[in-house]
Amino acid sequence: MEGYSEKVMDHFFNPRNVGTIEDADAIGEVGNAKCGDIMKMYMKIKDDIIVDVKFQTFGCGAAVATSSMVTELIKGKTVDEALEVTNTEVAEALDGLPPIKMHCSNLAESAVKSAIEDYRKKQNGEKK
Amino acid sequence: MSKTIYLDNAATTKLNPKVLEEMIPYLSDMYGNASSIYHIGRESRKALDLARDKVAKALNAISNEIFFTSGGTEADNWAIKGVAFANEKKGKHIITTNIEHHAVLHTCQYLEKYGFEVTYLPVKENGIIDIKDLNNALRNDTILVSVMFANNEIGTIQPIKEIGKITRERGIYFHTDAVQAVGNIPIDVEDLKIDLLSLSGHKFNGPKGVGVLYIKRGINILPMIHGGGQERNKRAGTENVAGIVGIGKAIELATKDIEKKNKKLTDLRDMTIKGLIERIPDTILNGDPEKRLPGNVNVCFKYIEGESILLMLDMKGVCASSGSACTSGSLDPSHVLLAIGLPHEIAHGSLRLTFSIENTKKDVEYLLETIPPIVERLRQMSPLISKQ
Repeated sequence: MEGYSEKVMDHFFNPRNVGTIEDADAIGEVGNAKCGDIMKMYMKIKDDIIVDVKFQTFGCGAAVATSSMVTELIKGKTVDEALEVTNTEVAEALDGLPPIKMHCSNLAESAVKSAIEDYRKKQNGEKK
Repeated sequence: MSKTIYLDNAATTKLNPKVLEEMIPYLSDMYGNASSIYHIGRESRKALDLARDKVAKALNAISNEIFFTSGGTEADNWAIKGVAFANEKKGKHIITTNIEHHAVLHTCQYLEKYGFEVTYLPVKENGIIDIKDLNNALRNDTILVSVMFANNEIGTIQPIKEIGKITRERGIYFHTDAVQAVGNIPIDVEDLKIDLLSLSGHKFNGPKGVGVLYIKRGINILPMIHGGGQERNKRAGTENVAGIVGIGKAIELATKDIEKKNKKLTDLRDMTIKGLIERIPDTILNGDPEKRLPGNVNVCFKYIEGESILLMLDMKGVCASSGSACTSGSLDPSHVLLAIGLPHEIAHGSLRLTFSIENTKKDVEYLLETIPPIVERLRQMSPLISKQ
């Protein structure tokens, strides 16, 4: 198999923002165990700004590293800005991924979108 | 990282220095083409004959039943396609299992495109076929049964003697992919009534790029590689003399003292399996606890994924393998783990450790210290465990 970049290895062995947030404002979960990848993302959002984010991941080295990287990329951003983060940006921030692992970066982007969708749903619920 | 503990001997093994020593002259001064008439050619011919005798002796075959190939994959391809195309007038039905190596599975799938029918026998939960299923699958137009001797992932050993008895009685050819078995368990092709057997040099401390197909005398098989008249017109191409000398020496060494070697490997294997199950909750042994290769450990740790385990083990100097999708280069985990009935998410968390005679009890102790914290760390990161 084609090797991982040093950045991927760093984020795999020292993942940033691992864990859960008990009173999260948003939770997103994507992937499925059948394919061997699940990402769960927790966000604390204040005035539309992501003030904290944590993740749990079942998956390979690239799945863990992309989870870790995407949390770094979106922390402190507004939800609208976070929605702009693409899978390519995640992969580039990790100095690239082996071609066969590119789907892991899709998962990272989807996890963010799924969490923000959850946040918006909850917000709309409160307004009603 | 101070040391390397190599536990992937089912993938490949280290070349035995004694094997290398015998090969070296044929990579330097003794470069003659074995088909040439002059003395340096004759030297190469002599070396080939001696190697052929050694392989024959190790399998209880006769020398002209031994054909050298480029490896196990070529031997499997040749056995199956060669028998299929030579006997298609008799019938176009082949029986194999759903846990074969891809060298057999993909060859059978290829033949299906050319009008052959293939029955893929299932295996029981322990990874072993049910002889009743084989009996039920046999047809009047069955020309070949191909069942692996021992599985490369979960190490289970198939009832080869029973299969040989059934196929011989019915006059159906029996091929076995013995790539993982040779050098690990004693094999007698006469006693087991095997018609064709594939093996590969680098699985028993021989060189890569050389293998053997044993073809019992009288078997109707077509050549697959066409060209010169090498290997009695059955497998063309200038012989890989150094490789063949190497596989001859390697099989001689690997089949010597096999019982003693097995005892040591079985001890290491069972100590590892017991230790892992005791120390790590939600650990499952894959395959049969007893009818398995002496050096094969294959377990699943629930809630985590195999490639992550391998990366962390590599940091600790341990070379191992997994049947997870990410290590197989596809989206599905190993077909063998699915065939024994594991759900996808558990199959993704498999770890295979395969021992060699060079491994020690100290290595096992190191594993039992190293693996539990790795599993614990990955489980802490896993969203699956919190759902339980």
